Amino acid sequence: MSETITLEVLRYRPETDSEPHFQRYTVPYRDDWVVLDALNHIKDNLDATLSYRWSCHMAVCGSCGMTINNEPKLSCHTFLRDYRGGVIRVEPLDHFPIERDLVIVMDSFMEKLSGVKPWLIPKQEKPLSDGEYLQSPAELNVFHQYTQCINCVLCYAACPQVGLNEDFVGPAALALAHRYNLDSRDGGKGARADVVASNEGIWECTFVGACSQVCPKQVDPAAAIQQTKISASVDWLKDLLTPGAHR
Amino acid sequence: MSRRPYVRKIERNWWLQHPRYVAYMIRELTSLFVGLYCALLAIGLVRLAQGHAAWDGFVAAFSSPPGVVFQWLCLVFAIYHSVTWFALTPKAMPLMVKGEPVPGKLIVGAHYVAWAAVSAVVLMAAGV
Repeated sequence: MSETITLEVLRYRPETDSEPHFQRYTVPYRDDWVVLDALNHIKDNLDATLSYRWSCHMAVCGSCGMTINNEPKLSCHTFLRDYRGGVIRVEPLDHFPIERDLVIVMDSFMEKLSGVKPWLIPKQEKPLSDGEYLQSPAELNVFHQYTQCINCVLCYAACPQVGLNEDFVGPAALALAHRYNLDSRDGGKGARADVVASNEGIWECTFVGACSQVCPKQVDPAAAIQQTKISASVDWLKDLLTPGAHR
Repeated sequence: MSRRPYVRKIERNWWLQHPRYVAYMIRELTSLFVGLYCALLAIGLVRLAQGHAAWDGFVAAFSSPPGVVFQWLCLVFAIYHSVTWFALTPKAMPLMVKGEPVPGKLIVGAHYVAWAAVSAVVLMAAGV
């Protein structure tokens, strides 16, 4: 008999279940399969009722985040071979309500994300006819790593502060705010500060650092938040010394 | 069909459920000992201002076996706190020189050099 591996998947079907429960599936073991392949095998061959999100299968779209053996991971980026001989426990990401099975409700994240205005707010608007807002490679280098975020929200699942305070703006949104604040073409730091530098913004972060450990794109949101704390403190001091001159 | 999202509650022992959270909580705990030690030093200053006898009493308490054990405990926690903080400094204070990031090891190393320098000055001032 060919080798198999067991997945223990957290199921929740709101029309029949009062609370989530684990269900075991045994799937073929293959060296080149990731957890997402195993889930697709279950869906196609064993149990069509299983629900989960996925799209690109190449760690780009950020849809397939799940808790795999107590670790937030992209299921397309997690090989079965790393769990060979054991049971793989697959759960929805922590700190989000479960919509169904492995599908989480992300509405709170979308609100937080838009709250930090993660887009370019030019220092001075200029007409299209004046051409692009130019930027040198060195200026791009300053914030490039923070552009790599794919909104997979693994960092929200890893962050205990997100779990303890649902109003915390959270790692990815704050890292994206930092990305635009660092952009040489941007002048929106003051407009973002009300959310970013609030109690529910950077100051809710206690530098656990878990967000950066689980980030599949090496964005390092913990670094972004600590840098923003320093920058916001300097801005606060400037504002105290010369009120109104820095917004 | 109506939606009925399920919210999982955070358990009180959440910090025991992953080694990195345990490490974080230990680091948070070290602050308590660092803070206690600072408070005791402040009390020492007050005792010093109160005169010779008060200061001698304070020194005697600090030199007693429980006082020495407490100070060793504080030292261990302070070192753990400092070492883990230094390891994080490249994240909080990244430097760019001529458009290139300064390697994290250099930033961490600079903190150890500063630590050694300040310690040397304090030890010299104390006449050790």
